[in-house]
Amino acid sequence: MSSLQRFIPGLLTYATLYLVFLYLPVLLLPLFSFNDGTIVAFPLQGFTLKWYGQLGQQDTLIKALGNSLIVGGVTAVFSTAMGLFAARAFVRYRFKGRELSEGLVMLPLVIPGIIVASSMLVLFISIGLRPSLTTIILGHTFVALPFAVSIMKSSFDQFDQSLEEAAFDLGESVIGTFRRVTLPIVFPGIVASLLMTFTVSFDEFVLAFFLSGNEPTLPVYIWSQIRFPAKLPNTLALGSLLLFFSILLLMIAESFRRRAAKSQI
Amino acid sequence: MAIQLKSEASKGMALSAPATLYVGLLVAVPLGILIVYSFWTQSYVDIDRTLTWANYIEAFQDPLVRHLIVRTIIIAGLVTIATVVLAYPIAYFIAFRTKKQTLWLLLITIPFWSSYLLRVFSWKLILGFNGVLNSALMTIGIINEPLTFLLYNEIAVVLTLAHAWAPFAILPIYVSLQKIDRSLHEAATDLGCNMYQAFIRVTLPLTVPGIIAASLIIFIPTVGDYVTPALVGGSEGKMIANLIQVQFGAANNWPMGATLSLLSMLSVGFVAMLAVFTMNTAGRRIR
Repeated sequence: MSSLQRFIPGLLTYATLYLVFLYLPVLLLPLFSFNDGTIVAFPLQGFTLKWYGQLGQQDTLIKALGNSLIVGGVTAVFSTAMGLFAARAFVRYRFKGRELSEGLVMLPLVIPGIIVASSMLVLFISIGLRPSLTTIILGHTFVALPFAVSIMKSSFDQFDQSLEEAAFDLGESVIGTFRRVTLPIVFPGIVASLLMTFTVSFDEFVLAFFLSGNEPTLPVYIWSQIRFPAKLPNTLALGSLLLFFSILLLMIAESFRRRAAKSQI
Repeated sequence: MAIQLKSEASKGMALSAPATLYVGLLVAVPLGILIVYSFWTQSYVDIDRTLTWANYIEAFQDPLVRHLIVRTIIIAGLVTIATVVLAYPIAYFIAFRTKKQTLWLLLITIPFWSSYLLRVFSWKLILGFNGVLNSALMTIGIINEPLTFLLYNEIAVVLTLAHAWAPFAILPIYVSLQKIDRSLHEAATDLGCNMYQAFIRVTLPLTVPGIIAASLIIFIPTVGDYVTPALVGGSEGKMIANLIQVQFGAANNWPMGATLSLLSMLSVGFVAMLAVFTMNTAGRRIR
């Protein structure tokens, strides 16, 4: 027992150090984005908000942000809609090829990014689609689909079938049942999926880099800025904002997902 | 009843069709085109559409390609090992040594809800010559001159990716640890195993599926990663994806890019299968 007791604080120390390792790069960007100096090094030079203030004046950045919002929004709707139908089918119906199809929709998670990006670029050029926001949306929907399917699946998983049957028996139509029974129950799952897929698209870089042509999304814009040391403080400020909103959106998504899980028990 | 069943099945198929077809088509068609491209050749600005093995022969004869593929697989292997070894104790800690499991799992996933590009970029700032780590160590007075071995090499790539993939290792291993019947561990200690032996002979072999899942989830995307090598790898840490990107970008040789994509995919598949087989055998042996 004494060896066990010595073991526990050891593991706890390790776990704490590991957390420091995990959070270090994430906390570093905001820390230095408020630093009144152009190089990222200690000691800190003093507090400033000017790097944030300058962001609003950069037209290309505003353009890139607009592109990212469009791509993220459309991707979220497309992937969540397909994910909703697919998850419903996987959970509710037994049909030939279900397992194959369930595995297939998860495939985008495990194919290396560069392969997806290069092969899609070749495909789109071959069928005459120039790189544009449309091609990024098509690519991002592919990448975001597994997330939508798995969130919607967990949302349908504990959905009590008898509720729908009861609605039918009480005279509701198919559409009425969906709108008044099914939808309210899976709604938190849909919100969670929309937020999650939006964020996946909003943060995605490799596909956007290959498929963007001359319409960069925010990560592609950041990539172009990383090369210029003079722009570094602004890039840090922009990066910090992006970190903040990604984490915020996903926390909201997570709380909706939990609400979805809870409401069915 | 038969009609009922048939309509159930067709409903299921119809509902899942958009997603399945979308993914299926976007995997199969580009792959097919990529294969065709790999047998074409680039002649200046045009593509010569006669089918030939020229790209494959060139790729196999080019020492740079061979070197990059081997290095990529070595780095991806190191990344996988580093991530899994660093993550295992955490998964173990969360599964067996804390009551606040949900809190710990949340704490571990939150950093990964941020942009991957920005996290890699942040590591570049940490490890740089005039970077955070060097300046911090110099301010405290531990070192007098900046350390130069931190950035632009394989170590930086391995460290950055061991950070980037952390939850992908922790979660599958945690799940496989969770599934273990606690009484097995008690039985082992009752039968005279000490803690260490019980871990090696009972716990570890039972988590092999989790370790395999984690390794594949890490190994495969690492081979296709080009952000990390491009930002922190320097010339020593360049990987095959960087060369593929050049073929589709500056070099404008898409057929060669397609060939390299396919070759790296085939080598990933081969190495991954080999590793899964080895781990499975090893797992059975220690038991």
